[in-house]
Amino acid sequence: MVDAKDYASPVRPTWCTGCGNFGIWNALKNALADAGLAPHEVMLISGIGCGSKLPDYTTANGFLTLHGRTLAVATGARLANHGLKVICTHGDGDGYGEGGNHFVSAVRRNIGIVDIVQNNRVYGLTKGQYSPTSPHGFVTRTSPQGAIEQTFNPLAVAVAAGGTFISRGWSGDIKHLSWLMTEALGHRGYALVDVLQPCVTFNRRYSYDWLRPRVYKVQDEDVYDPGDKAAAFAKAQEWGERIPIGILYRTEDQPAYEEMVPALESGPLVRQPLHAKPLEEYQVLKQEYL
Amino acid sequence: MTVNGMTFKIGGEAGQGVESTGRGFAKALVRGGLHVFALQDYHSRIRGGHNFYQIRVAEHDLYSHDERVHLLLALTKVAIDEHLPEIVPHGGVIYDPALSVDEADLAARSVQAFPVPLEQIAVDEGGSKVMANTAAIGAAAGLTGYDMDVISGVIRDNFGKKGQEVVDANLTVASAARRFVEQEFPDALPFKLKKIEASPRMLISGNEALSLGALMAGCRFVAGYPMTPGSPILEWFSVRSKQWGVVTKHTEDELAAVNMVIGAAQMGVRAMTPTSGGGFALMVEGMGLAGLCEVPIVIVNVQRPGPATGLATRHEQGDLLFVIYATQGEFPRIVLAPGTIEQCFEAGWRAFNLAEKYQTPALIVSDAFLAHSPRALGMDAFDLAVPIDRGALLSEEELDKLAARYKRHLDTASGVSPRALPGHPNAVYSSASDEHDEYGQICEDAVVRIQQDEKRMRKLEAARADLEAPLRYGPPDADLTFLTWGSTVGPVRMAVDLLNEQGQSANVVQIMDVWPLPVDRVTAALQGAKRLIGVEQNHAGQLATLVRAYTGIKVDGLVRKYDGRPMSPEYILDQLKGVV
Repeated sequence: MVDAKDYASPVRPTWCTGCGNFGIWNALKNALADAGLAPHEVMLISGIGCGSKLPDYTTANGFLTLHGRTLAVATGARLANHGLKVICTHGDGDGYGEGGNHFVSAVRRNIGIVDIVQNNRVYGLTKGQYSPTSPHGFVTRTSPQGAIEQTFNPLAVAVAAGGTFISRGWSGDIKHLSWLMTEALGHRGYALVDVLQPCVTFNRRYSYDWLRPRVYKVQDEDVYDPGDKAAAFAKAQEWGERIPIGILYRTEDQPAYEEMVPALESGPLVRQPLHAKPLEEYQVLKQEYL
Repeated sequence: MTVNGMTFKIGGEAGQGVESTGRGFAKALVRGGLHVFALQDYHSRIRGGHNFYQIRVAEHDLYSHDERVHLLLALTKVAIDEHLPEIVPHGGVIYDPALSVDEADLAARSVQAFPVPLEQIAVDEGGSKVMANTAAIGAAAGLTGYDMDVISGVIRDNFGKKGQEVVDANLTVASAARRFVEQEFPDALPFKLKKIEASPRMLISGNEALSLGALMAGCRFVAGYPMTPGSPILEWFSVRSKQWGVVTKHTEDELAAVNMVIGAAQMGVRAMTPTSGGGFALMVEGMGLAGLCEVPIVIVNVQRPGPATGLATRHEQGDLLFVIYATQGEFPRIVLAPGTIEQCFEAGWRAFNLAEKYQTPALIVSDAFLAHSPRALGMDAFDLAVPIDRGALLSEEELDKLAARYKRHLDTASGVSPRALPGHPNAVYSSASDEHDEYGQICEDAVVRIQQDEKRMRKLEAARADLEAPLRYGPPDADLTFLTWGSTVGPVRMAVDLLNEQGQSANVVQIMDVWPLPVDRVTAALQGAKRLIGVEQNHAGQLATLVRAYTGIKVDGLVRKYDGRPMSPEYILDQLKGVV
């Protein structure tokens, strides 16, 4: 029996008091315990940013990598050992900005990774510059006249790129977020969990008080069908007075990338011997050149 | 008349089958017991332009091409214009009369014209114009008197997949073209080819040998983004991935490639990414991550001329100092620079052992000339049972006995920390790309920073003592010593042979293990040199710079080339006049 406390670490987070990352962190520990996964059975991979420090504060296998490269490292780790549950925790700058190409590729690939994006719509660790998910017109130190770009919509992009599990949570509802992450952990391929979280220091505009009355759970709507891609695309556009959270799209019909790789049929790569066949069989490789 | 000492060159446009025809003929020569060295030259385009494939043949081992051509197969008029000056007196040109060549131009240089209606023969005998190249091979075999059974064998292998009908048609075309030249130009060409008794030999390139070496080291994960001339390594593994249990990934970019390799290696799989200089430039930050987190990865940089796109399909050795120094901050790395096909195989497996022994990135620096110049090698050139050394890797039993909290970056005398692969309940740890303490936790403490930095850099000194001494070719106490690295050693060896045949005394010192430079061994190899000439395919003389910086030994002169075309032995001897 795994308990969320098994993931506790003596290292104390450096996050600000009231940071949305606390909610995300607690929800993740709950979900891992609910899924019956012990700390040595998971691999937490992050990039750089406030949220990316999460593995450092958690007792579990972890790898804090480079800014933006989270999903690339995680993809290699998953292909090398699909016996471990690979989970990414990184921010919107890391995931959608610096790592944008890896994001689209991971969605298309349907690699078996749970991708938790700590989306506070601002750069926190570098002290308050606008991010890909900052709203148009957002005023920051690097956008003094307001951000000129349109806001990046990760859920719509994920639908367009052929995502198989596309969801949004919010850090103010740990119970719902824990459920969402448990569902994501049970998904067969790439699971996007975009989490709206306040940055209490650098993004006061999107505070708990702003978000709380706006979010609503799509799963509470009887008519919502998460198997309907067109509906998911429409839901992904909804923003403003009402913001949908929950599973916008899900299908379990598509195999994960690693299920399609012949070399992985005989088990996790790292558990296989260095050579797939007896050494004498490799002599045939020289014959090719005769 | 010369037997088994000539160069056959094929020139034509991209898309005309220059490479496949060349490789087919080269294979037929190797199967006849002959040594060959094949040089390829092509443009960065799919159709048109001017490409060539040049096959030097001898009864002894060859390390490079040279500049004399004895028989040219010209598929275009441009091929004649380009290569006529290279053809030796009494040499010849095979061409289709449709090309409207002025035979007087050839005669003026004592070059023989061999007009052969290749397309006509192909259509008449085989029914298809695409068999003109087969006709050309038949004509070349006829003019050189080469044994038809070996040519037929290669045709059978090459077209076997397309069915017996295609095989038979090609055999008929080749024989018809051969008969044609035997009737029209009997005994015209004084350069002959004849099969000899020899043990079977492979015709294999540097990229292929390097891939084979890596596979034998147990490389099970290869990720890369296509970039000439590194992509053939990714392709080599991709087409063999199912049979040999290798996971290969054509990634979205080079950033993904190196970082996937880091992810795979961190989990414990032997992993590699092949690229060229431009791709390597994108991998530099990732390499630093592997350095700081002590992840054993292998990166192959098959160099081409830069900067930026440079000369995409051509040759240069301009990345040596870049590969050695590329990083923000400092960390240990190992750099191997093979110069021959055999050394490519060796570097292919050694890199994995060194990476795991020192838990740090190991790089192989190859180049375009080495990558796609196939050479004939005996079957015993590679021993596939390569030594495997996984370094301080904790076994399942050792992990079971772990009592205290595991320290991934334990400060040890050697700098190497016993490594646990993620997944064991007794060794749950997190590695941070921030500076970290022995556990791998983020730490900004000054004392810890010094401890971890010094621990990592100690590995560099251990590796330095572990790397191999430079290789010498030629007599020990020569009057002239060349200093070189990478594929340039091939033409330099041939230049050394020529000088020694002329009664001079020369040798060459090749540094294969370039970083950390084995300073004592390099000094020992060079300090007795009477006159030291650096030979490098770059502008700055990068190896000479490195050697001077670390040993104080200065070259007396440099032979350089940076036009994108590999050096020939003749070029080296010619340039020598200017520097000595």
